Amino acid sequence: MKKNAHQRQIFKYSALKVISFVMVGLSLLALLAVISFILIRGVPYVNMQLLFGDYENEPSIKPALIGTAYLVLVAIGIAAPIGIGSAVFLTEYTNSKSRLIRVIRIATETLAGIPSIVYGIFGYLIFVVALGFKYSLIGGGITLAIMILPVIVRSTEESLLAVPRSLREGSFALGASKVRTIFNVVLPCAASGIVTSLILAIGRVISESAVLILTIGMVVHKIPEGFASPGTSLALDVYYFGSHGYPEQAAATGVVLLVLVMAINILATFLGKVFGKGELANG
Amino acid sequence: MDSNKSANVAMLNRKPADENSKSAAKGNTKPKPDVNAGKTAFKNSGSQTAANKSSGGKFNITVRNCNLHYGDFHALKDVNIDIEENEVTAFIGPSGCGKSTFLKTFNRMNDLIEDCKITGLIEIGGQDIYAKSTDVTMLRKNVGMIFQKPNPFPMSIYDNIAFAPRTFGIKKKSTLDEIVERSLKLAGLWEEVSDRLNKNAMGMSGGQQQRLCIARSLAAEPKILLMDEPTSALDPISTGTIEELVNILKTNYTIVIVTHNMQQATRISDKTAFFLLGEIVEYGKTEDIFLKPTDKRTENYITGRFG
Amino acid sequence: MNKAYRFIKARDSIMRGIFTFCAVFSIIALGCICVFLFANGIPFIGRVGLTNFFGTTWNFNVQAYGVLSMIVASLYVTALSTLIGVTIGLFTAIALYKFCPKHLVGPIRQMINLLAGIPSVLFGLFGMILIVPVLRDYISPTGVGYGILAASLVLSIMTLPTIVSVSLDALNAVPRNYYEGALALGATKEQSVFKVMLPAAKSGILAAVVLSIGRAIGETMAVIMVIGGSPVIPKSLFQSVRTLTANIAMGATELSGDAKTSLVAAGVVLFFFTLLLNISFSLLKGGEKREKKRASKANI
Repeated sequence: MKKNAHQRQIFKYSALKVISFVMVGLSLLALLAVISFILIRGVPYVNMQLLFGDYENEPSIKPALIGTAYLVLVAIGIAAPIGIGSAVFLTEYTNSKSRLIRVIRIATETLAGIPSIVYGIFGYLIFVVALGFKYSLIGGGITLAIMILPVIVRSTEESLLAVPRSLREGSFALGASKVRTIFNVVLPCAASGIVTSLILAIGRVISESAVLILTIGMVVHKIPEGFASPGTSLALDVYYFGSHGYPEQAAATGVVLLVLVMAINILATFLGKVFGKGELANG
Repeated sequence: MDSNKSANVAMLNRKPADENSKSAAKGNTKPKPDVNAGKTAFKNSGSQTAANKSSGGKFNITVRNCNLHYGDFHALKDVNIDIEENEVTAFIGPSGCGKSTFLKTFNRMNDLIEDCKITGLIEIGGQDIYAKSTDVTMLRKNVGMIFQKPNPFPMSIYDNIAFAPRTFGIKKKSTLDEIVERSLKLAGLWEEVSDRLNKNAMGMSGGQQQRLCIARSLAAEPKILLMDEPTSALDPISTGTIEELVNILKTNYTIVIVTHNMQQATRISDKTAFFLLGEIVEYGKTEDIFLKPTDKRTENYITGRFG
Repeated sequence: MNKAYRFIKARDSIMRGIFTFCAVFSIIALGCICVFLFANGIPFIGRVGLTNFFGTTWNFNVQAYGVLSMIVASLYVTALSTLIGVTIGLFTAIALYKFCPKHLVGPIRQMINLLAGIPSVLFGLFGMILIVPVLRDYISPTGVGYGILAASLVLSIMTLPTIVSVSLDALNAVPRNYYEGALALGATKEQSVFKVMLPAAKSGILAAVVLSIGRAIGETMAVIMVIGGSPVIPKSLFQSVRTLTANIAMGATELSGDAKTSLVAAGVVLFFFTLLLNISFSLLKGGEKREKKRASKANI
């Protein structure tokens, strides 16, 4: 009688273990399916016309490539200095208990949780309507900068916190000022981590599309003339082609986007590893 | 007496946990337990009922030529010992001498550590506990362990105590209530907590937590209690309470206690083994070890010259 | 000497000011977002009236801006995708925690993290070229592939990496001595994991759930490509409907004037949901911290 109860208990939990293995399989299958289907459907349609042709009769992603480059420039150009400065303030100038710090943290966390479409609405209201930029790459880029700010702040903060206290103390002991210590000791030591986080931020800018649908106008067929002109991005093109009857081109653009994003992620991981080792050797 | 003994033999004489659960799985796919469910499972049944009812049976520990390696490190060297039933045996020695490691061989907690190799013979009640046929879960049920730091689970006091019985398939509320009350009374904790059994155990004091852990082990109805420096994280008053508890429990349980505190060893143990660098230097009656040690190294240690 | 010192002093305070501005920028940005959203959205709701705005009819030709059907669709999609995602993700985390061979855990984790790097529009594309046709041809009783089930499947794949990595971290943060304690009482490895370690990690796991709910309710591009887009109250898993986010994105390219302002109002509703989730997430985080504190206090 008792034996069966005990065995049933053991069996029940072993069954749960089996289920968990099945779920691992499902997770991996999902990953594989997403990547392989996009590749299978898209690769045959990746050609010169799509990549670098002029968008007249046949779709091309040349405007999107240029638009994406503009967006990355604007977004990183704004978010990187502000994000790094913010992280420096949070780690070097305050103790963690101050009220300002708590408010800043709540603000960054809230920003991180806002859906990108809401950023899109904000960008639309402020740049397109209030400031009268109309649809523009610069408006989209600035909105993206605000969106990726929390990511940059958080990862830069982590890199700065990883710099040992003794280095700062050593610098102060030599009579260096706070600013000198920050720029000549702390930031160089954390450079690897900061660069990695910026690369990941580039990846996020390239991946984003919901913000842009409301801010840059999704003009897929014209090469942007400058920061102030409307345009499109790679991710936006995937949506445009997909919903306007060009599924093959959508998949092919998806392939380009996928390769780009994966390359960026791999680069970031690789840099993180290389730098990580270097730091170990120095420390 | 005889039947009890054979029952205990059967209890330890089981397959390792993995295999066991597989055979259990096979047995349980059938809607009703039947005779063909598998010999192992059948043995389990008989033995466990017997084990829970029998208070007799032999539960002495015999160790012959035990060697233990962690990778390249030779942690235990040719250890031999005979631990008698219903006695308190203390293991003393400086840090890193292998006494805790040795204690953990009795309930096979060393299995958790990778590249830990054990050779030699360790028998409990005449059964080789490292034999392939041993069911580790049943071994651990019969050989309870109290850890250095109190480790109550982050759940209610009641659920903590009921953990082991539930693990072994007891579901009936009245039976569980009974076990919880009995175990808490045995551990001298019932008076203090009977009105807040559903409170989280993490809210108790350190000493109460450790007694809760003892009660939790007792709920599994073990025959042997292993205590790995059970009072090292506690204040003197809680330590005293636990020591009194050990003195009471030894009438029904075989207790092996590792301690850093030599006064504690003299206060509560019947026999003492002195460990040094992975070997037992001296083993005998506690008063003999402390009053007239035969080995110079033992004398040096107990008089405080090193350690 | 004095001059140089004064220069350094001045530079220090100027830089301090710059760093402070950078840090406060987040607060300013959040403030701007709130002000612009509310200043445009709430008057609109006031103008068209609550009954209109929270009604079921969406037809901008007759000035009917009801978002109720979209809220309902959003909630359905979020609930179903969280259910699927958490089931798969949590069990995956558990397998990686104790059951998988050690040398496979790292690679599997990295592969699942790869999913986190894939742009959401590609999940939408995947849903469009695979999930929707499969549902339409083989599963759907109505012959429609678009709808809540398709969106939920896509979203559950998308949220998988978050759930796996946050729950795995939560499990890894549970003190090891609980595990040893359970084994020492005669529990098997499986019993120890499911009966002790899993409940002990519950607040961290709940945080993972909330996080994935947040991602699901706010996701736009992956949903818009598989949801269909009809602004009606969902009655079936296989029926073209429209979520709040899809409404905003679809309207963005098609509407103008008052109808476009209605999107801002829909954004306010979405923002409100997100704030709720943010608050519950930080409460859960606080709970986790308290539990850790308690555990460490007990271990002194």
